Amino acid sequence: MREDRLKELLVHGLSGDGATYRQFLEELSNHLRAYLRRRLASLPDDVEDLLQELLLAIHNQRHTFDPTQPLTPWVQAIARYKLADLHRRRERNEALQDPLDEDTMFTTVDHEAAEARHDIEKLLNLLPHRQRLPILCVKIEGASVSDAARRTGMSESAVKVGIHRGLKALAAKLRSGP
Amino acid sequence: MKTQNLVSLLANQVEGVDARRAGRRLLMSWAAGTMVSVLLVAGVLRFNSALPEVAQRAMFWVRGGFCASLALVAVVAVGRLGRPAARLALVPVGLVLPVVAMGLLAVVVLLNAPAHDRVSLVLGHTAFACPWLITFLAAPPLIALTWALRGAAPTRLHLAGAAAGFAAGASGALVYTLHCPELAPPFFATWYLLGMLIPAGLGALLGPRLLRW
Repeated sequence: MREDRLKELLVHGLSGDGATYRQFLEELSNHLRAYLRRRLASLPDDVEDLLQELLLAIHNQRHTFDPTQPLTPWVQAIARYKLADLHRRRERNEALQDPLDEDTMFTTVDHEAAEARHDIEKLLNLLPHRQRLPILCVKIEGASVSDAARRTGMSESAVKVGIHRGLKALAAKLRSGP
Repeated sequence: MKTQNLVSLLANQVEGVDARRAGRRLLMSWAAGTMVSVLLVAGVLRFNSALPEVAQRAMFWVRGGFCASLALVAVVAVGRLGRPAARLALVPVGLVLPVVAMGLLAVVVLLNAPAHDRVSLVLGHTAFACPWLITFLAAPPLIALTWALRGAAPTRLHLAGAAAGFAAGASGALVYTLHCPELAPPFFATWYLLGMLIPAGLGALLGPRLLRW
C-alpha cells in the first residue's frame, strides 16, 4: 500500500533520518503533482508553483502530523487548504468538489516536473542574514548545524531558529506571490 | 528552483521533530495567557474581597466548574483544529453538555424562586458589565492561543478562530469568578456564556486573517 509505505518513510523522516525524509518528499511530490494536475486542469502553469508551496508547507508543518493517524487525510487536508487558498488568491470562487480524493491521492504519480515560475533562490536572498545564512550553510551546502554555527558566528540554537523561521518566511513569500 | 532541488534543500540535515511539541506549545501558551488574566484581576479588577467566604459556597465551585469544563474542552478543540484532518469527535458534545446542564439548573432555580425575584436572579447587580469584563480577561489567552495556532496548521480558519475565542472566553470567565460576586445560576448561565461567545465571535471573524499559513 502506498499509504503505508509513505507513512513509514515520513515517520522515519520525522525522527531525523534525512535520506528517508528525502525519499518521502520525492515520492510524495510525484503523487502531489499528479493530484494537482487534475485539480488545476485550467491552470497548468500553477501546478509546479503550488507543488513547491505544498512541499514547503508540509515540511514546515510536519510536527502537526500525528503518527497514530493515517497519512492520506493529513496530506489531503493540507493540499485542499492550499488549493482553496490559491483560488481565494485568484479570486475565483469555483467550488472544489473532489469526491474521489479518498482513493486517488496516492494511486497516481507524475514524474514530469515542469519549471516553477517563482524562484525560491531569489526569494531566499530577500530573507534577513540570520535566516538566509543558516539556510545556505545547512540546507543548501549541507553543513552540519555546528559547522554552520562556527562559520556564521551564530550559536547553534540561533542557526536552528534561523532555519525554522527562514523556511516559514519563505512559505509566506511564496504565498504572497513572486 | 527545481522541485527536486527544493526537496534536497528541505531534506538536507533535517532535524527530528517531537510529535508532542504542538500540544505542549498549546498548553504552555494557554497557561501563560490565563496567568496574565489572573494578574489583570489582581491589578485592575481586584479580587472579590469576600472570596474566602464565598469560596465556601457550593455554587462558587459549580460556577468555576462550568467555566473550567468549557475551557478544557475548547482547548482540546483548538489542539485538534490545529492538526489537518484531525477529527473533533466528541468535542461538540463536550461543549453542549455543560451549557445544557447549566441552563437546566438556571431554569430550576428560577422556577423555585418567587416570581418577583426572578428578574433580579437573572440580572444580578453586574449583568451589563459582566460579558465585557470577561471579554477583557479573554484577551490574553486569545492572543496566546492565536500564537499557538499560528505555529500549527489549522485548515478551517473560521472554526479554529472561534474555538480559540471560546476557549479564551471560558478561561477569562474562569478567572473572572475570582472577582465576580454573582452566584445565581440564572445569572452566570446567561452572562458568562455571553462573555464567552463574544470572544468566540471575534475569533471566528479574525481567524482567516490571523491564522493563514
